[in-house]
Amino acid sequence: MSKIGLVIKREFESRVKKKSFLLATILVPLLFPAVLGGMVYFAIQEQKNAEQQTVYVVDEGNNLEFEDDKKYAFTNLNTDLETAKITFNESEAYALLYLPKMDLTDPAGMVLYAKKNPSLQASSYFENKIESQVRDKKLQASGISEEQLNDLKTNISLRAVNISETGEEKASSAGVAYGIAYAFSLLVYLFVLIYGNQIMQGVIEEKSSKIVEIIVSSVKPFQLMLGKVIGVASVGLLQFTIWVVLIFVLSTAVLSVFGLNPADMQSAQQSMSGMSNGMGGSDQESVEAIMSNPEINQMMQIVYDIPYVYYLSVFIFFFVSGYLLYGALFAAVGSAVDNVSDAQQFTLPITLPMIIGFFGTFMFVMPEPDGNVSFWLSIIPFTSPIAMMARVAFGVPTWELILSMVLMVVGFLLTIWIAGRVYRIGILMHGTKVNFKTLVKWMRTNA
Amino acid sequence: MNILTARNLNKSFHKNVALKDLNLEIPKQSIFGLLGPNGAGKSTFIRIVNQIIHSDSGQIFINEKPLAPEHIGTIGYLPEERGLYKKMKVGDQLLYLAQLKGLSKKEAKTRIKAWLERFEAMEWLDKKVEDLSKGMQQKVQFIATVMHEPELIILDEPFSGFDPINANLIKDEILALREKGSTIIFSTHRMESVEELCDHIALINKAEKILDGEKTAIKEQFKSHIFEVNYTGSEITSNAQFELLSSVKRADGVNEAKIKISDDTSSNDLLMTLMNQSVSIVSFREEIPSISDIFIKLVQGDNVENKILA
Repeated sequence: MSKIGLVIKREFESRVKKKSFLLATILVPLLFPAVLGGMVYFAIQEQKNAEQQTVYVVDEGNNLEFEDDKKYAFTNLNTDLETAKITFNESEAYALLYLPKMDLTDPAGMVLYAKKNPSLQASSYFENKIESQVRDKKLQASGISEEQLNDLKTNISLRAVNISETGEEKASSAGVAYGIAYAFSLLVYLFVLIYGNQIMQGVIEEKSSKIVEIIVSSVKPFQLMLGKVIGVASVGLLQFTIWVVLIFVLSTAVLSVFGLNPADMQSAQQSMSGMSNGMGGSDQESVEAIMSNPEINQMMQIVYDIPYVYYLSVFIFFFVSGYLLYGALFAAVGSAVDNVSDAQQFTLPITLPMIIGFFGTFMFVMPEPDGNVSFWLSIIPFTSPIAMMARVAFGVPTWELILSMVLMVVGFLLTIWIAGRVYRIGILMHGTKVNFKTLVKWMRTNA
Repeated sequence: MNILTARNLNKSFHKNVALKDLNLEIPKQSIFGLLGPNGAGKSTFIRIVNQIIHSDSGQIFINEKPLAPEHIGTIGYLPEERGLYKKMKVGDQLLYLAQLKGLSKKEAKTRIKAWLERFEAMEWLDKKVEDLSKGMQQKVQFIATVMHEPELIILDEPFSGFDPINANLIKDEILALREKGSTIIFSTHRMESVEELCDHIALINKAEKILDGEKTAIKEQFKSHIFEVNYTGSEITSNAQFELLSSVKRADGVNEAKIKISDDTSSNDLLMTLMNQSVSIVSFREEIPSISDIFIKLVQGDNVENKILA
């Protein structure tokens, strides 16, 4: 076995054999379906328990009519505001909507009184209600009959379909893309940070336990560094693979408890395509239940249309390359310091681009995946592993993806080279006060 | 034949000169003491030999061949700063280090077993290093250094951290390794072990070699020509050839005298003169300088000289 292979093997085995590895590898996948199951459970419970809530309305002569719906029942109190407030306080009602006499061209002065802070959703819900009522009033005022008005109301749901270059049509959803973007960029961010830190700690341990001088008398420092980086990466990939498999198996189990299992989804999807021909239906009752809800049906279509292989391969590329890029830098930092607390001043400049990438992804890439900032974030090697993963979920031009990948390879080769030069000097230095100037000096030294 | 030859070795770290035109010849099967105060350049030299760092100029030959990566298995190195992976088991650790030196897994396992049996330490095999005492860790480290049967063994302060019993054990191992054909380079400040074990020494100070050669020859070279004579009878008197440095009468009536002879006289001449001076000699011994004396004399002299020059 080559020397670098020996180093990789040791780094890998020493970590995988640890109890903490075993624990994290098993617990996280257990936790995930548990959380998922919990969320599904509570969502179902909430829907079951969702009662219509009463909303009192004090309307000072605008004659706005609010229709009751699933969530809210509207009761018009024909009193003045002060009396209404007292009634409201004594009642179980959710909110009190006050509509003063207003000019339809410039409605103002409406207030929503509630016992608790109304959620953003609730207030925008009421805003919408009032707006549509005001619109109706205006339309009526301009001479449109009630019949015509009712005719105008249509309930639509837009189905988004991506058309690929080959003309293939795929259902898409901003929501699903958002979720995938979120999950992938978070994963890359966390993995690079966690495993990067592991490399750093490994290097510091080797340095502080003084074994490093023995090792480098047999192995070139660069080989040792690379072996360590690769060894820790294999641990990360192994852990990730176990997680994916376990989470998939366990989630399937959890979901099937609630009557949703992939086999059903499969048939649901098949019958979905059947339904477009006007047919539809399935043997299984649960599936029929799902079928009856076109929204769920569409969702499943989307979930099944996700190009998993493509996403996963891009993810693995950016996970590995991002990790190599940052891992090498973490190794260099580890080599330069004598203990973990000294490392802080150097880890900040490393984690900063990662944090920029992470928050940039949320602030720019997710709302506008094809924007200018998104483009640059996904091209520059330090932020691209995180930002590009998010963009990929929304669809990204192939040339941009390739450019980003090429730059990423160049990027990690460069950081590994730089880190290697710092590392070979750093690991042999003890008790030296190190600052950035020293690091640059080491980089330029010929050992 | 020399196992190691260094020619005009130079190395500086930025503006600090660590080695300046170092020439060194280390004969096969010798125990070679590499002496020098802290920061003299010993570690730099050792690191260059171990190919941890490279010299700026000059060459090193191992068995007359230029130093190359394939020599890694030829050299065993025990650095001054000892260390092992604390969480790793002794057996795994030794196996890893032996494989890095190029031993096959099978061969390494046999040798680990043999060495641990030799140190009566088979039960350590599955213990983590952090559970061993410091002395035990040192032994494991020693095994790791010599396990691949290197031709050239470099030991930096090998006895630090050992109690006298274990130090003797290691000393015996070193001698046994030499018997088997290994050459040992000893880098140390502990002059008594140099005195006892080394047959060749080199003294490095301020990046330069200021002395090297066979131990006995060096001692000869630094003889002070002072004799310690214990005698009874009348006082010795100085003459042109002998200078009486001191003479003290002990409680039991024996005089202790220090006599320096001039360069062209011998100890026999001194004895003859003394016998003619009607004294009876109790003991007669030449003062041989210890390596420690030579070390201090040269290093301090060197420093004073440099100070004046500066």
